[in-house]
Amino acid sequence: MNHQNTIAAIEKEIVAEFSLFDSWDDKYEYIIDLGKRLPPLELQHKIDENRVKGCQSAVWLVAEYRDGHIFYKADSDSVIVKGLISMLIRVLSGQSADDIIQANLDFIREIGMTTHLAQTRSNGLLAMVRQMKSFALAYKLKNAATT
Amino acid sequence: MITAKASLQKGLDVYSIRQQFPILNRKVKGKPLVYLDNAATTQKPQVVIDALVNYYGNYNANVHRGIHTLAEEATQAFEATRDAVQQFIHAASREEIIFTRGSTESINLVAYTWGRKNIQAGDEIIISHMEHHSNIVPWQILCEEKSATLKVIPVNDAGEMIFEDYLKLLSPKTKLVAVMHASNALGTINPVKQIIDAAHKSGAMVLIDGAQSAAHLYIDVRQMDVDFFVFSSHKVYGPTGVGILYGKKNILEAMPVFHGGGEMIKEVTFEKTTYNDLPYKFEAGTPNIADTIAFKAALDFINETGKDNIRRHEEELLHYATNQLQQVPGLKIIGTAKDKVSVVSFVISKMHPQDIGILLDNSGIAVRTGHHCAQPLMYRFGIPGTVRASFAVYNTIEEIDGLIAGLHKTIKMLS
Repeated sequence: MNHQNTIAAIEKEIVAEFSLFDSWDDKYEYIIDLGKRLPPLELQHKIDENRVKGCQSAVWLVAEYRDGHIFYKADSDSVIVKGLISMLIRVLSGQSADDIIQANLDFIREIGMTTHLAQTRSNGLLAMVRQMKSFALAYKLKNAATT
Repeated sequence: MITAKASLQKGLDVYSIRQQFPILNRKVKGKPLVYLDNAATTQKPQVVIDALVNYYGNYNANVHRGIHTLAEEATQAFEATRDAVQQFIHAASREEIIFTRGSTESINLVAYTWGRKNIQAGDEIIISHMEHHSNIVPWQILCEEKSATLKVIPVNDAGEMIFEDYLKLLSPKTKLVAVMHASNALGTINPVKQIIDAAHKSGAMVLIDGAQSAAHLYIDVRQMDVDFFVFSSHKVYGPTGVGILYGKKNILEAMPVFHGGGEMIKEVTFEKTTYNDLPYKFEAGTPNIADTIAFKAALDFINETGKDNIRRHEEELLHYATNQLQQVPGLKIIGTAKDKVSVVSFVISKMHPQDIGILLDNSGIAVRTGHHCAQPLMYRFGIPGTVRASFAVYNTIEEIDGLIAGLHKTIKMLS
């Protein structure tokens, strides 16, 4: 049914891609490129309700539940955050709620982006991950209640 | 020593100063650290680090209580910092120097004690549009509790307080004017003497937030005739966790106590407690002994370097940085006041401050990005935040060249 790779497999792919870069500039150039290529979120979704709290940069995130899988769309006014979002979407979008909830997302650390997970007010990635997981949890609970 | 003194007469030998700050030798992302986030906190000279280690290694003891040798030595060193602070800000007496955790706690202390006693329904407190949240929120809380009103002095497009509007806000209802000496977000130096004189003429008291001025400007609380002056050690080359509240003696004496506990008492029975004299009345519990002691080493460092030398050097850096930044395409400096401390805030069109900050960090350059705890000011300029470079005594022209090169590279990557 689901032809999508597992979260762990996609994480592995990303780590392998990043292992090719030997400087921080190269890594960030790649992330910026990903950010630029992430399709912008439709204007009607860029509302306060969809804002991820705790980001210095504005981040909007929407989720959709289709055939047992969750699909994410997101945007940011920071192109680097957009690049990071793009990777999170690549890993998590289209996966099942259970897999998303359990995902460790170690790739973020492995590619050296730990700065973006620090508990500072300026870093939004952690808030993003939490929000993506809480969507998954919400869908799971909703599903359990209706079946 | 002779060469150091000789060079000081000509100005300031920034390279020998840099040698006193061990952290400046470190690398970030493989590049030499360029630390331009001094308005957030300054780095510490070796003498400050040594003072901390020496206290814990040789005479760690609680202050003011013990009769043993260590307690005596710790108390002497602790109280020596109070004397050094008194001299640093030219206070009339050492009793006027209260140790707190930082500027924020100092402001809260005044709001909770003086404020609760003296602010009534219908009274007014004046702040400015450029204040740090620390000098907004405590007054908001107080005004809400007392049904008093918070009035805000507007700021012009250059980031300067509009003085005529301030004069218009002053009235017999005004009980307190609380404004910053220098802006952390824009660098603006406010005309505190005129602000204080006008407030006093109108019968209001004045609190000056010196968090961003104490390291840069000559501070004379008596000449200012200020009622309260607050600042933090960690922005003045000292350790974190130590703040200063200066208050005029008669005002502090009339103020109710803040925290209850040890040290601040004279005698305790279950029926009644009598309070200690100044300054101990406001220093409940075991204070931050090590950091307070080490703060004196920071003040000694400033005195030896010379505040005039520091100011001249930082003005040169500010002037150079401003000129260089203005030539970066798409860059706009936010805050162009005539009088500034060594802070430059800027935005670059179509680029997010956070992205610029991340990419500068990649080049080993530490700047601050965001709203700088001054959200109302950012709204005033219609921006979510800025990139801020702030300079200290150890920064160099070469580092500013590094910032400019880093910005060119950043712009190339982001566009």
